[in-house]
Amino acid sequence: MNSHILTVTQLTHQIKNLLEGNIPDVWVEGEISNLTVPQSGHAYFTIKDEQSQIKAVLFKSSQRHLKFTLQHGMQVICRGRVSVYEPRGEYQIIVEYVEPKGVGALQKAYEELKASLEKEGIFDRERKKPLPLLPKKIGIVTSPTGAAIRDILRVIRRRHPRMAILIFPVPVQGPESAPAIVEAIGYFNREKNVDVMIVGRGGGSLEDLWAFNEEAVARAIFASRIPVVSAVGHETDYTIADFVADLRAPTPSAAAEMVVESEEHLRELIRSLSSRLVMSIRQELEHRRNMIQHAARLLADPRKRLEQYRQRVDEMLGRLVMGLKHHVRRDRALLTSLTGALDHLNPLAILARGYSVTRKMPAGTIVKDASEVRSGDMLSTKLHKGEVISKAQ
Amino acid sequence: MAEKKFEASLTRLEEIVTELEGGELPLEQSLKLFEEGIKLARVCNARLEEAERKVEILLKDKAGKMTTKPFEEEEA
Repeated sequence: MNSHILTVTQLTHQIKNLLEGNIPDVWVEGEISNLTVPQSGHAYFTIKDEQSQIKAVLFKSSQRHLKFTLQHGMQVICRGRVSVYEPRGEYQIIVEYVEPKGVGALQKAYEELKASLEKEGIFDRERKKPLPLLPKKIGIVTSPTGAAIRDILRVIRRRHPRMAILIFPVPVQGPESAPAIVEAIGYFNREKNVDVMIVGRGGGSLEDLWAFNEEAVARAIFASRIPVVSAVGHETDYTIADFVADLRAPTPSAAAEMVVESEEHLRELIRSLSSRLVMSIRQELEHRRNMIQHAARLLADPRKRLEQYRQRVDEMLGRLVMGLKHHVRRDRALLTSLTGALDHLNPLAILARGYSVTRKMPAGTIVKDASEVRSGDMLSTKLHKGEVISKAQ
Repeated sequence: MAEKKFEASLTRLEEIVTELEGGELPLEQSLKLFEEGIKLARVCNARLEEAERKVEILLKDKAGKMTTKPFEEEEA
């Protein structure tokens, strides 16, 4: 019976063995609180969530790999082992590795490289080269067997069926990846046999995409005189390569769309420009023609003037004839009246009114005075009609 | 291999069209621009025709020299 009664030490020891034996290595996530770092340099804190908390210690020797400073309230993921501190009967986690939650070590390295390259001006917008509108040949730096190359080729074929493409095959993950990508970019720049390149791969974890976060790749892209379009992973993946590239495509298919303007669209563009060209010159000519016609109307046409003269001559002629006719008519009237006047002066006309002319016979002298006539003279009296012979008494 | 010709031609064509549409030029200049524009459109169209689909992949031979061979797209 006595043997079943344990000392505190024995019990604590059993608990220690139980805990440490069963939970030798564990990942735990939570929030740091009660952080203290005494003279020793070891960091003591508790990791907690809404309901529970656990004591933790990060010995100074384990802090060497730490890329950030522990802070109160920080969300972290810790890897360590559970340990029982016998003098106090407390269990705690001895942390060997800690990283900010959601931001792994790679993430941290990524942020740091990004910050330093950004500071260097490698991401500057004004350093970015424009893409050719219609490349002669497109270089593709990716794995020849992935989904990425298939997607890229499919989209290019759809948008421009006769586009020339040169693939530089590279491993897109693992340690050989980054050097191969650097070599490929260098090759295209030396050979100058493409006008634009797509560098990328399909989606994956941060580790899978790591080559595209390597400084060497970033610098190769930056140094490239040929425009580079990055096409790494999915829409939400941002790699360093994306920031350095002249253009970042969210996916490989999108990269193909950005690099290859649809042939149909280009044709349409040329068509519309051509028709606008023809229309504008037609309008211009039409406008000129109208101007000329207007001006011509203002200018006297010599033929027209001649016509006017001719008309005027005709008119004058007409008036002349009319005038002459009038004249003639008037003259005729005068003549008639003169003739009438003459008629009045004709002595014979007086006879018609009952006057007569008497002459002494046989001399024929006109008798104007009765004393000229003696008794017995023979007289001839001329009447309007006929003549009377008589003897004076 | 700076292939700027197509783009430059297209850009120039756009410039010409805009200028002609402005309609402020002397006739002689308009006609000259029109002629240039027609030529540019022809050049652009010809450039679109001239490309030939060719998908190749680079291979490194034993001497480390790069050679090309046609890429079988169905393989991918």
